[in-house]
Amino acid sequence: MRTIYILWLRQIKKYLRSKSRIVGSLGQPILYLVALGYGLGSIYAKGGGGSYIQFLAPGIIGMSILFTAIFSGIEIIWDKQFGFLKETLVAPVSRFNIMLGRTLGGATVAGIQGIIVLIIATFVGFRPTNLALIIPAMIFMFLIALLFTALGTAIASKLNDMQGFQLIMNFLVMPIFFLSGALFPLTGLPKIIEIITKINPLSYGIDGLRGTLINAATFSLWTDFTVLALVTLACIAVGAYFFSKIEA
Amino acid sequence: MLEDENIIEVRNLTKKFGDFVAVNDISFEVKKGETFAFLGPNGAGKTTTIKMLTTLLRPTSGNIHLNQFDVVKESNKTRHSFGIVFQDPSLDTDLTAMENMEIHAALYGLPKDLYNKRSEELLNMVELWDRRKDMVRDFSGGMKRRLEIARGLLHHPKVLFLDEPTLGLDPQTRNHMWSYIKDLNQKEGITVFVTTHYMDEADKVADRIAIIDHGKIIAQGTSDELKQKTGQTSLEEAFLSLTGHAIREQAGESEMKRMGQMWRGGKR
Repeated sequence: MRTIYILWLRQIKKYLRSKSRIVGSLGQPILYLVALGYGLGSIYAKGGGGSYIQFLAPGIIGMSILFTAIFSGIEIIWDKQFGFLKETLVAPVSRFNIMLGRTLGGATVAGIQGIIVLIIATFVGFRPTNLALIIPAMIFMFLIALLFTALGTAIASKLNDMQGFQLIMNFLVMPIFFLSGALFPLTGLPKIIEIITKINPLSYGIDGLRGTLINAATFSLWTDFTVLALVTLACIAVGAYFFSKIEA
Repeated sequence: MLEDENIIEVRNLTKKFGDFVAVNDISFEVKKGETFAFLGPNGAGKTTTIKMLTTLLRPTSGNIHLNQFDVVKESNKTRHSFGIVFQDPSLDTDLTAMENMEIHAALYGLPKDLYNKRSEELLNMVELWDRRKDMVRDFSGGMKRRLEIARGLLHHPKVLFLDEPTLGLDPQTRNHMWSYIKDLNQKEGITVFVTTHYMDEADKVADRIAIIDHGKIIAQGTSDELKQKTGQTSLEEAFLSLTGHAIREQAGESEMKRMGQMWRGGKR
């Protein structure tokens, strides 16, 4: 427990100290909210979809959690290069606890980032329909955060430098974001896109956020929760396995 | 199997990176409570060996017992038995000196009061107590090195690995460090496994010495035995007569891995 806690705390401290990182990582979601929200808002309304900001905000919250979480996981590569990872790898604690501590820390950071974006979204006109459902929405946020931090950890355990990072962004993270229903509804899509969105775990996360924040889920909340929880567990298991095999 | 007085037993240990053989079929043992110096030129295989002894690298073949545990099969139990000061940096530079110490204490399950006492004592020893609340990223190279040493000595393991611990340290700190370690060694019977490029240092602190070159152990024994064997009067001369005078490439671990990858890549 002490291991998990101290490594969790390490992630939080590092996050709170890097003000530039906090501010920097908020730029993108704000840009998306403003540019897409206002830019496509009238077309979306004309198409009969209602308020696009309402629809978009949960997607952008999901996006910023996804990016922060993957990056938190990938940070293990820095630890490899700066040597700190070795300090934890020779310690007499289970690798699983080390992985869990830092994954929970990264996920907490990504979750906080999601909450900040939620607050910012209210400034551009987003209104949650039922404030009582903010708590379940936060559970969805944390699950998304945990899933993708664990995924980032699994990937980073296999990489030795940041050169593969661009590859991961372009061929994994961006497709996960764009093909998740973050920007468009999951109904009436071409078959192939529909299949991809249904395999994509982020779709269920964002659907869960829409269900709780604006009462507009495509799947049921229980489906969203179950799929997300199962994939999260799988990612933690795979991440923990790869992490336990790291050689320094 | 394992003799009681041997705390480390290495048998036919080999590590290959692709076709490059970094450690080639070495065997040796370290007795409980002794200070054992592991010497060799750059790229001889010292750090690779230490990494295998400390569960960071899996051997290609051969086996290692440390404190009666099989290092590969019982890596978790092995990790309870040793501590290490690494050759290259392993601090989190985005945290303060004290926070780095705290993480170490937590990882090694050090009780709070013991941690408070030792961290003050050790940070004073390396003259960093006044800087304990400063970010490590603002430290000079020497200060980071001192902090690594203080952190490595926080918990008192059965075997303490020191991979070129005094590299870049001033003579004062070096002296403090060795007297502290000597004390640990005598009071708590801690076995010390050290690599160094300073022959006078090895001569002074080591009970026994092994010399490795090109991945092979070419001589072992006490300092006097090595001097006798080579007919030299100092350990430095003995070392040079065993390993030759040619200057070695600074082939680090990562370089070896890269070479290994190149080899593998070429074969595909």
